[in-house]
Amino acid sequence: IDPPFVSHCSFFYLNGFLRAASAHQTALQLQEQVKLFEAEYRRFALKKKGAGGFQEFYQLLQTIHRIPGVDVLLGYADIHGDLLPINNDDNFHKALSSANPLLRIIIQKRDVDDSVPFPTGSLQRRKKGLAGLHQPKQRSKPSLLIGLPQDFRQISSIIDVDILPDTHLRVRLHKHGTNKPLGFYIRDGVSVRITPQGVEKVPGIFISRLVKGGLAESTGLLGVNDEILEVNGIDVAGKSLDQVTDMMVANSHNLIVTVKPANQRNNTMHRASKTSAGNSSAGSGGSALSHDSAPSPASQNTSQYSNSVAEGDSDDDTDLIIENDNLSTYTPHRMTNGSGSHANALSSSAFAHRPLPQSVSLPSSSSLSSLTTPTHNGSPTKTSSSQESMREDGNFITL
Amino acid sequence: MMKFRFRRQGNDPHREKIKQDLFAFSKTVEHGFPNQPSALAYDPKLQLMAIGTKSGAIKIYGAPGVEMTGLHKDTAAVTQIHFLYGQGRMLSLLDDNTIHLWEIVQRENRSHLVELHSFNLPGRPGIESTSATRVTVMLLKLSCDLLALGTEGGGVHFLELPTLTLLNKSLFQDEIMQSVPEEYKCGKSLGPVESLQEHPQDSDKILIGYSRGLVVLWDLNSRHVVNLFLGKQQLESLVWERSGNSFVSSHSDGGYMVWAVSSSNPCTHDPISSTIPYGPFPCKAVNKILWRTTELGAPLVLFSGGMPRASYGDRHCLTILQDSSHVTLDFTSRVIDFFTIHCTDKEKEFDDPSALVVLLEEELVVIDLQMAGWPTVPAPYLAPLHSSAITCSCHISNVPPKLWERVISAGQQQCPLQNYENWPICGGKNLAPDPKQKELLLTGHEDGTVRFWDASGVSLKPLYKLSTASIFQTDCDHNDSLMQAGEEEWPPFRKVGCFDPYSDDPRLGIQKISVCKYSGKLVVAGTAGQVIVMVLSDEKSDHMIDVATVDLLQDREGFTWKGHDRLPPKSGSVVFAPGFQPVVLVQCMPPAAVTAVTLHAEWNLIAFGTSHGFGLFDYHRRNPVLARCTLHPNDSLAMEGPLSRVKSLKKSLRQSFRRIRKSRVSGKKRAVVYSPTSKVQEANAQLAEHDAEVTPVQRRIEPRSADDSLSGVVRCLCFADTFLRDGTHHGPTMWAGTNSGSVYAYALDVPSQEKFSEQSVEALLGKEIQLMHRAPVVSIAVLDGRGNPLPEPYEVSRDLAKAPDMQGSHSVLITSEEQFKVFMLPKVSAKTKFKLTAHEGCRVRKVALSNFTSVSSEEYSENALVCLTNLGDIHVFSVPALRPQVRYDCIRKEDISGIASCVFTKTGQGFYLISPSEYERFSLSARVITEPLCRVDVERPHDLSAHSPTLPPQANGTHKTQAESKAAETEELLYEMRSALSSPVLDSPNSSADITLDTTGELTVEDVKDFLMTVDEAENNFRNIAEEDGRPPGILIN
Repeated sequence: IDPPFVSHCSFFYLNGFLRAASAHQTALQLQEQVKLFEAEYRRFALKKKGAGGFQEFYQLLQTIHRIPGVDVLLGYADIHGDLLPINNDDNFHKALSSANPLLRIIIQKRDVDDSVPFPTGSLQRRKKGLAGLHQPKQRSKPSLLIGLPQDFRQISSIIDVDILPDTHLRVRLHKHGTNKPLGFYIRDGVSVRITPQGVEKVPGIFISRLVKGGLAESTGLLGVNDEILEVNGIDVAGKSLDQVTDMMVANSHNLIVTVKPANQRNNTMHRASKTSAGNSSAGSGGSALSHDSAPSPASQNTSQYSNSVAEGDSDDDTDLIIENDNLSTYTPHRMTNGSGSHANALSSSAFAHRPLPQSVSLPSSSSLSSLTTPTHNGSPTKTSSSQESMREDGNFITL
Repeated sequence: MMKFRFRRQGNDPHREKIKQDLFAFSKTVEHGFPNQPSALAYDPKLQLMAIGTKSGAIKIYGAPGVEMTGLHKDTAAVTQIHFLYGQGRMLSLLDDNTIHLWEIVQRENRSHLVELHSFNLPGRPGIESTSATRVTVMLLKLSCDLLALGTEGGGVHFLELPTLTLLNKSLFQDEIMQSVPEEYKCGKSLGPVESLQEHPQDSDKILIGYSRGLVVLWDLNSRHVVNLFLGKQQLESLVWERSGNSFVSSHSDGGYMVWAVSSSNPCTHDPISSTIPYGPFPCKAVNKILWRTTELGAPLVLFSGGMPRASYGDRHCLTILQDSSHVTLDFTSRVIDFFTIHCTDKEKEFDDPSALVVLLEEELVVIDLQMAGWPTVPAPYLAPLHSSAITCSCHISNVPPKLWERVISAGQQQCPLQNYENWPICGGKNLAPDPKQKELLLTGHEDGTVRFWDASGVSLKPLYKLSTASIFQTDCDHNDSLMQAGEEEWPPFRKVGCFDPYSDDPRLGIQKISVCKYSGKLVVAGTAGQVIVMVLSDEKSDHMIDVATVDLLQDREGFTWKGHDRLPPKSGSVVFAPGFQPVVLVQCMPPAAVTAVTLHAEWNLIAFGTSHGFGLFDYHRRNPVLARCTLHPNDSLAMEGPLSRVKSLKKSLRQSFRRIRKSRVSGKKRAVVYSPTSKVQEANAQLAEHDAEVTPVQRRIEPRSADDSLSGVVRCLCFADTFLRDGTHHGPTMWAGTNSGSVYAYALDVPSQEKFSEQSVEALLGKEIQLMHRAPVVSIAVLDGRGNPLPEPYEVSRDLAKAPDMQGSHSVLITSEEQFKVFMLPKVSAKTKFKLTAHEGCRVRKVALSNFTSVSSEEYSENALVCLTNLGDIHVFSVPALRPQVRYDCIRKEDISGIASCVFTKTGQGFYLISPSEYERFSLSARVITEPLCRVDVERPHDLSAHSPTLPPQANGTHKTQAESKAAETEELLYEMRSALSSPVLDSPNSSADITLDTTGELTVEDVKDFLMTVDEAENNFRNIAEEDGRPPGILIN
């Protein structure tokens, strides 16, 4: 029977080798996985310098997995856990550079019918696995390769165009729960406002510079000297530079800034043409720009004022709570006379081997649950639980 | 839709009314010693003392509890103050050459200090330099109708009082010069006026002393020179002898002269006697001299300065001389001014001084001149809080009478003279009712002492001083021998005052204090990782101290402590006076400063934390229970210690290298060469740009990362009897929060009271919470089923507090620098939260749970979370709903030490340091206010206060109008509320567990409404804003 899809997974080390014990262990577990999900796992090493180009690598994988001639899509998990495609020399080298030292490559049989692309979400959040790994048909041709929008991870969005004035821009920066710098600086300044009384100078907050290669710069939506009007729906008027800094940092996991761009030339033409398209399409025009189904700032406000934290808060600001299940129920004045430090040592070791509790909601998919994440230090890994993949090096990862 | 625009959450009138009854902000009183005093005055009729400061404040003190404060509009130093005797008025001279008239007025049956008007001496026509009209001395005539001003230019001007109008009869030097003999003139000017003194018997005559040494007795009525005294030594001050037959002048060479005044000889060349008391070697100037006659013997001579320049030129001394008695009071800070309290009755023949009051830069010293040996009199106010720098403070409200008495008796044994009955300055009446409860303020100091202050009332009185230095081996032990040697020397020095800014060893500094007020146990933790458990004892004791060392690194590798060593404890037994006596000393290793400490006397446990981890210690069995390292692997700064210079050197080196690199790269940038090396440089430049120091006006927007330095610092610790294991069994728990937003919760197994000795305490890690935003955890508090904070240990078992609700589900309130969050227990699921920083852009600095009682009903109270932010404002939130209630500006945001020193009380008051020596006391509660309530009765001929409607500007610059104005207009609502609260309700309205519907059911409903309203309003608000900003007014399409 032909399975709906075959997912292959390769691990390989760059200039590194698996330790015998762990390799053996992993292999055993892999066997089981293969049976369950029709998947195959390979682990191999590759010299970083002699890696060659994409085509070479593609053929190497086909050889390793013994699937010559099968049309496959390649993807890899980057350091943030996002699934990104490998379909040309550039992103192949990028993939190699992100190996640490292990790189997880996901190989998937190309399925013409399924067109679900690489999602914008991260690997962790992915609902549909690799099913739609798609590549343009022209891949084999030597002509220029242009990635499709779905091959990219969303890093920012323009939102609320329908309710904001033409001169303002509301930008949402996606950090994807990583520690990648937002990459911009703000400064004090003087803003000129037109009021019924005439032109008035008021203090304002401006973007003073963008860090090269940072998130803010890469969006292209924020520019130097843009005036910041709001941070996550809160007016910054009357607030000091330090206050605005603290507000932005506190909201950094989901930062929405409303700016008045210094360069107003870009949007007037654009908007004008859009409004001429007719009122009926105004809504769709807006949604075309805002890819993001982000909660509107109004509902942001709601959550700010209500103070209540719903179970499974939509806000991704969930704290990590690690419980010690081994806590015996309280027995008043236990008679055992063990030393305190001993008991503590026991409890903390129990701690380390315990899966995360259910209170941490982890979206998992069938294809993902089949993947294993070997820990870098080669310690024994549990494959039974996908949640275990949240843990690395014995440190706790926040969600 | 527009009508919603300006409506905000919480505009419900009922709730607003309740809030008004609960919360009101006022800065009430300043405790301690005024910072940088610059002037002193005394009114013998009203028995009031006034102190002026360099910041332009004037403070009046009388009997204990009688305090008034005035603040000049300009922040110029007050250089002189003079009372209009008996009138309740005074004149102040400022640094900017302005003269201000102040008056004590009665308002609402209490006295206030109000400025009436001011005067600025106009420049003399023809003389360019303004310094000529600079006032050097002022003389207020006893009749209080004339003010004489001596100036730098040597002129004397006269003003009419109390109107402060310049009279056209100024006296200039040329007029004096006509009577001066030729040989004395020698072409030089007489110099500035140094002293003006009214003749004690004949009020028409004044003595004018010029800097060059000439002294003139001048008749005001006939405008002629009565006597000339041709002094040849530079003059510093003058004082009359009571009879008016002679006067004394003090001089810059360290000497003083006695001059006879006789009508027969208009021109005196030589004084009767001339003495340089500390000669013959050159001496410093005698700045001020007083000459007081006594009935029983020789006159008393008191003067400041005059010390031999070479050997004691740096001492701050005041000499008291009488016959053969000679005492040189040796102070630790500069003498600002001094006066004697003596008989001013004109009928009496002698001065008979009873006390000497000396204002020093850092303290006030009073000497009893009637008792043999001239002992010091302890002051009931103006306590020098900063006798050693304050390093921490701790407030205990509602002190049990038993502990209070024991602390007082311990204090009296230290300083037996501590009764304030013979305090000489006793004007005015204290109208404040006796405090309902006793309050203690504990201050930890740099020298390892803890001082206990009576903070129940307006004046902060010292009660007891505890020193921890005695249990350690320090270098300061030889001090006694030095003192012994001092007895023999000349001049006969006597150390007076307690201001001692020099710490023997900075490691002795107190960092944290925790007290159990019921069991009399105290934990004091210091800079070198020392944690000392003390027990209050009424008996003298001589015992060994148990020493335990707790390793907080727990075998973590790769860390080497580069900071200070631990303090070596004394071996053998140590004698302890009655009071708090150390029993156990726990020393943390590495010996970093203790950052958090807490005590549970019922469980015999202490918990302590440093920048490396935290520990739990059973002080009954002297047994460490737990030690946990909280260090992050990347944290290197934690190991360098506070005294290490490695950190700063490394940092500055790194920065300077970056600067060099950056400048080099930017210089080369113009030449674009695409070689591999240039690429490397480009990359370097980028790197440098990434982490170069930003200019002050720029701020980098970066989220908090996990490996921030000092992430392991333990910020707070707390004990609680709550549900950690499961929802049905509660038990002892211990909570710890760190700088990186981690919270550790331990379940403890504490043996029952009888088995303490045989069984050990055990701790088991129960929960670990990592706050997503990683901000430092400022406080942890467990709330019971009704949302009330858990009572203190022993409070319930001694029937002093209502038992907490152990049936309902408990919750834990975790406050980080950025957010407040309530988690349900035992599951630790988030229930409510408030993101302060995301909203307001401010960070939490200090936080406390306080209980606020309504002004309109004593039965109604609410618990609230009080929070001081880095901007110096105070926010109050309801608990556990975490809804913002009120916000007040309190401290200037630049005043970092003020914000850091703030401590809240359990009843909604607080203290913070406004200077190294002064606590500002403030109140957030509308009911609990500790402020001076006093009355000074005065009789004055012409009352000017009738036409001065302005409110008194207070030293702290706040006007307390809020409460007064509200009281009247909301009388109606008050009645309504009282009827609603007719039955006693102790619970907070936010908990609906066991509240009957007809009493606060209404409140609960309002709360819910409130909540629902907010959602809509917020949405509406937002839309409105967006629309308004977006479109020209008039085109409102939605």
